[in-house]
Amino acid sequence: MLSLFRTHASLSSAHKVVLALLPFLLVILIYLLASDARLSVNPDDKLLPSATKMVESTIRMASQPDLRTGNYLLWSDTLASLTRLLLGIFLGSLVGLMVGLSTSIFPVMRAISGPFLTFLSIVPPLTILPILFIALGVGETSKIALIFLGTVFVISRDLQLYIAHLPGEQITKALSLGARPASIPVRILLPQVMPRLLDTTRLTLGAAWLFLIAAEMISATDGLGYRIGLVRRYLAMDVIIPYVLWITFLGFVMDWFLRISVKSFFPWYETQR
Amino acid sequence: MIDQEDVARSAFLSCINICHSYQGKDVLSNLDLSIQEGEFVTLVGPSGCGKSTLLRLIIGQERVGSGEIILSGEPIGPPDPKRGVVFQNYSLFPHLTVLENVILSKKLGLSRWAWRNLRREAEEEGRDMLQMVKMIDHAKKYPHQLSGGQRQRVAIAQTLLQKPTILCMDEPFSALDPKTRESLQLFLKEIWKDFKMTILFVTHDLEEALILGTRLVSLGANQSSSANGSKVLIDRDISDPCIQATLDAERRNKLRGIPEEIRRLATDPTMDDGV
Repeated sequence: MLSLFRTHASLSSAHKVVLALLPFLLVILIYLLASDARLSVNPDDKLLPSATKMVESTIRMASQPDLRTGNYLLWSDTLASLTRLLLGIFLGSLVGLMVGLSTSIFPVMRAISGPFLTFLSIVPPLTILPILFIALGVGETSKIALIFLGTVFVISRDLQLYIAHLPGEQITKALSLGARPASIPVRILLPQVMPRLLDTTRLTLGAAWLFLIAAEMISATDGLGYRIGLVRRYLAMDVIIPYVLWITFLGFVMDWFLRISVKSFFPWYETQR
Repeated sequence: MIDQEDVARSAFLSCINICHSYQGKDVLSNLDLSIQEGEFVTLVGPSGCGKSTLLRLIIGQERVGSGEIILSGEPIGPPDPKRGVVFQNYSLFPHLTVLENVILSKKLGLSRWAWRNLRREAEEEGRDMLQMVKMIDHAKKYPHQLSGGQRQRVAIAQTLLQKPTILCMDEPFSALDPKTRESLQLFLKEIWKDFKMTILFVTHDLEEALILGTRLVSLGANQSSSANGSKVLIDRDISDPCIQATLDAERRNKLRGIPEEIRRLATDPTMDDGV
């Protein structure tokens, strides 16, 4: 038993599973104990709702239509948020790919955009949120624009760097094998950049969620972030905590999906880094 | 007396009075080199002598500073399928399988539509080529799953399929372990004989240069002129059966290294017997 705690100890897979679960179980246990302690003093306590209360609230959010709008709130919120998030990040990836490719191919584009892209990528996106609300209104456009602006520069610059590190011999080699110069971006560069694009998108997902929730909390009429911001006013921890877990789960699924896509569609990519 | 310019123009590949510099530093100056069809020219010289630069100029990766490079009567331009290339690394595309890499020269010149009709045929040809280089069992693998020697076999197959008029190789075996290197040297020599190719082979390894080539060209600093880039110091026919026999004997005896008299022949210009 003690040998497990040595430096460079070798752990069996069973050990690893138990150890991985340990912190989760610990946090849940501590929460339940604390919740229980508070509720035993004051049964109406709202700060640390019991597990039963949270499950009840979740079921209510998911299966009972809202009195005002008639929507099943958990699902309508999820749909609204995911639409914004996916649209924003899709546009960010698409434009990022185009900018990354064109700046790598055309030195003129690189010279024009280099410092400007650097400048733009350093502007904290949340600081331009008020500008977006003023310029684009408080509707969907400004929220999607925020996610787009928050991810597009990072993706552009990352792809540009990645292409710059592809060996220059590849271009010579492709020309020598009969490629037309104009076809090299599409035939040689694009297929090599695709897995990197998915990978970078995966890494920017965290930031995209941040921008989404922030924009929804400030101004929206639905969405996961909006709901959390709304029920905060009533200290409805029984809704907030399930929502946070739900958002985490959605984020995890997207991350997993992108990771699996890279692995199965681009099996050669993993070893290139 | 024969006009030297005429000789250069009638040759298969000629480099005429090449000067090339990087950031004001001369690498090559007043370099002349002609290669005849069917020759296996090995290009040696100390590191930094510009042998790889010369190869890059010939394949068109860089533009010549001044001078002319002529391939079968025409000045060369950017890289094209007439000049096959094998690098030490990066000859294969990591995102394509071995077979896809080998038939790439068939695919790249075509539109996607035209490729659909020719694909089957090209794959057939690619498989034959892989069979010949003994890599058919690895057709579906990606380059990162191969060893260094296997990768170079595929790279050679890849460029053979484009049927180049000259094959330019830049230290293709330098990163391999001695045993693999030896087997690839034998393999390359066979290919050269079977396909009646013209090969320009850059290496820093004199033994390799002597074993492979029919002609040895050594670059070195140009001390006589004001320009201090490299030029051809030694240019000698080494297809002489005597040299080859001695080398073969050495190999059979598993003695590494080159007999002293042959080493001198290749490195000492004063030994020149007026070829």
